[in-house]
Amino acid sequence: MKITLNIWRQANAKAKGALERYHLSDVSEDMSFLEALDMLNEQLTAENKEPVAFDHDCREGICGMCGVVINGSAHGRYSSAVPTTTCQLHMRSFADGAEITVEPWRAGGFPLIKDLVVDRSAFDRIIQAGGFISANTGSAPEAHSVPAPKLESDRAFDNATCIGCGACVASCPNGSAMLFTAAKITHLAMLPQGQPERYSRVKSMIAQHDHEGFGGCTNIGECASVCPKQIPLESIAQLNRDLMKSLFRREGK
Amino acid sequence: MTTTAPASKTSVTEQSDPALAYYRLGDEISDTKAPDVPIDKMWPTRQFQAKLVNPANRRKLTVIIVGTGLAGGAAAATLGEAGYNVLNFCYQDSPRRAHSIAAQGGINAAKNYRNDNDSVQRLFYDTVKGGDYRARETNVYRLASVSANIIDQCVAQGVPFAREYGGLLDTRSFGGVQVQRTFYARGQTGQQLLIGAYQALERQIAAGTVKMYARHEMVEVIVADGKARGIVTRNMVTGAVESWFADAVVLATGGYGNVFFLSTNAMGCNVTASWRAHRKGAYFGNPCYTQIHPTCIPVHGDTQSKLTLMSESLRNDGRIWVPKKAEDCTKDPRQIPEADRDYYLERIYPAFGNLVPRDIASRQAKNMCDEGRGVGPAITERDLDGNVREVRRGVYLDFSDAINRLGQPAVAGRYGNLFDMYLQITGENPYETPMRIYPAVHYTMGGLWVDYDLQSSIPGLYVAGEANFSDHGANRLGASALMQGLADGYFVLPNTINDYLAAAPFSKVDATHPAAVEALESAKARIEKLLSIQGDRSVDSFHKELGTIMWEYCGMERTAEGLQIAIDRIRALKEEFWTNVRVTGVNEDFNQALERAGRVADFMELGELMCIDALHRRESCGGHFRAESQTEEGEALRHDDEFAYVAAWEYGGETGPVLHKEPLEYKFIELKQRSYK
Repeated sequence: MKITLNIWRQANAKAKGALERYHLSDVSEDMSFLEALDMLNEQLTAENKEPVAFDHDCREGICGMCGVVINGSAHGRYSSAVPTTTCQLHMRSFADGAEITVEPWRAGGFPLIKDLVVDRSAFDRIIQAGGFISANTGSAPEAHSVPAPKLESDRAFDNATCIGCGACVASCPNGSAMLFTAAKITHLAMLPQGQPERYSRVKSMIAQHDHEGFGGCTNIGECASVCPKQIPLESIAQLNRDLMKSLFRREGK
Repeated sequence: MTTTAPASKTSVTEQSDPALAYYRLGDEISDTKAPDVPIDKMWPTRQFQAKLVNPANRRKLTVIIVGTGLAGGAAAATLGEAGYNVLNFCYQDSPRRAHSIAAQGGINAAKNYRNDNDSVQRLFYDTVKGGDYRARETNVYRLASVSANIIDQCVAQGVPFAREYGGLLDTRSFGGVQVQRTFYARGQTGQQLLIGAYQALERQIAAGTVKMYARHEMVEVIVADGKARGIVTRNMVTGAVESWFADAVVLATGGYGNVFFLSTNAMGCNVTASWRAHRKGAYFGNPCYTQIHPTCIPVHGDTQSKLTLMSESLRNDGRIWVPKKAEDCTKDPRQIPEADRDYYLERIYPAFGNLVPRDIASRQAKNMCDEGRGVGPAITERDLDGNVREVRRGVYLDFSDAINRLGQPAVAGRYGNLFDMYLQITGENPYETPMRIYPAVHYTMGGLWVDYDLQSSIPGLYVAGEANFSDHGANRLGASALMQGLADGYFVLPNTINDYLAAAPFSKVDATHPAAVEALESAKARIEKLLSIQGDRSVDSFHKELGTIMWEYCGMERTAEGLQIAIDRIRALKEEFWTNVRVTGVNEDFNQALERAGRVADFMELGELMCIDALHRRESCGGHFRAESQTEEGEALRHDDEFAYVAAWEYGGETGPVLHKEPLEYKFIELKQRSYK
């Protein structure tokens, strides 16, 4: 198949960016979207032009490193039959002759580095603020000493599947990272081991979230609909419930 | 590190060995750290003997850790908790993205929660046997004995393992063993374990004990006055090439499967950190031991960039088969009657059936396809003599029995995410038609040589996780990589590195030290060289060609003739690379072509060493199958009299590598030919 790509090119955070138009032929429908970008980069290298910078690593939908906006939706969600990461989107999702626009995540909390690459280190800092259980190595009790009810444990798992890709932020008109933050809060809140720090955790993580310049949640739900791991919007409701409770408790700031 | 002259006429068999043209024989080496006590007392004895560092002195000591996967992330968090000053580096944009995250199936631990005869002894035995008796007994026993602590630690961190309705942990069985000791979190166990380690790491970053440097690639190690004292990194955003200094350096930089270009590794996985250390004196152990995983999605075409693994856990319920008759290979598999199907693993290995170890399952899939009974699209192949033939490279992994027996919802509950992934990649629905699978490069058992303390042959340089060679011998059992990474990071390294650090303070090393100047300047010179060539071929085209050579001659089946061809071709390719590669852009920028160029340059040197290692080991063992050494039934045939040793290679530059043998002694497990029948 033949495709046309309009790709955001920007040399660095300060430079002015613009969409540039490229044509690719002999694209196989079995190729992944990133393999099509590889093909373009080989073509650009042959022409002695600079290849398009884009983040990617595992290419099996689990590391969370890749992520671009494709035809207006994060990870090309609306080009795909199922929720997907960019690396798992395949060219069979597009028609022969398709014109595809590719842009970086755009959000206040994710400064641009180059072309399609952005800085998502704010996510790490939100985790640093409390997205963990304090259990030093060696201090753990026997694993079966604390049973965890299966239903809550399954819900913890569903939320723990978040890959930290940032699609939720990129798709939110408020540039909010609430779904990301809520996934971690719900994961740890559903486990017996997560209870001691449950309410201080939600306070400090939300404080860091706001400090990083992410917007507030207004229940639009676009985040959940593009999420490759289908973290549900109700996780944000869980976050809000825990945050409300935390305001009546002493722990945390 | 003294070396002797080539041992060309020492024995009758070695006289005819073509490998001797490529290497020199050095002195034998041995591990001196494992105490000489009964094996179950060894680790507690070593922990007791190891010198300690007073908690108040730990903050004065700096440890550099490269890599943030299960081994690196766990070690950084644990050493941070202990109070050391840790500098942690990764090439990804966040420590949470290390490739441990992609492990699917599970993690082994000798908990015996199933009451099915499991024990530390049995996990030890299974791992040594699974590794085809080419692992060091002492290290494997320790791995088995700390395995249970790993599960405790991960549960305490909030890792959401699969549970039963009673709230207790569920386990399942995995290849190469007959007990159910594998803990799992759906098909995403690696992700959940890594997030656990990542959270512990982020907690230490917040506490100020660990400083994290993401998007920094290690490009050189600084060895000053005989000790590893620092590294040189390239900042992947700005291009800045910088030196970092420490009292000890830990490499936890993963495996080198990407030497094959196509593998299940992440695109960025590379050997550069290990290779740079090797060039500075760290021995490389058993580089040819490569694990080819049996259940991967077949290659779709020549634009493919990576291969995707389908968890081995699928073999618990899926049945592997090919048509009995070659003429059926193009038919819709659902139309092939039961009587015309060959469930070849169940036929050849009735005791283990579809759950034979990975090396055996992979080679049998290759054999079936070589016989002309493979399925899927036909691809053109060329053999050593230049003959061209069409071969179908795929076998069926069929769930129809499991769906009939358990119902589709139960199958979806166990494997749903894997089935979805298969559908997304291939466009075929595995609930309706059997999956097609084929082996792919997955894991490398070889790696930098380490002693019982995980210290390499460079004092102060430690190696953890897949990057070291230590625990899996010639073949790794499923669900043991996660176990080893976390064992090394959480429990082993934090109890051994102190023995070295207790001798601190060491002599002062800073940017003015000649070794530091040399390391920094050589790293910069290499980058400049890569950018200045401005040839005609892209970095990827070299990488693909290297991968094709390696897969063809150093893949699932190796021969003396093929390996010599491979060495010649790799040498020619390396020469072309350094005169004709085209790296666009400049250093002082986010430049992915430059990153890849440095990695591919190191892969070429490694690829040559892998072929030399494979050529010198004239036996078959585990994942290393030499066509010249097989039983009448076509199984791997070891030669314990000649090859029961670890091949630890010293870098020799232009004169070729030097082989140091570490003899393997089996005191607690009897050496036997493996059988899974």
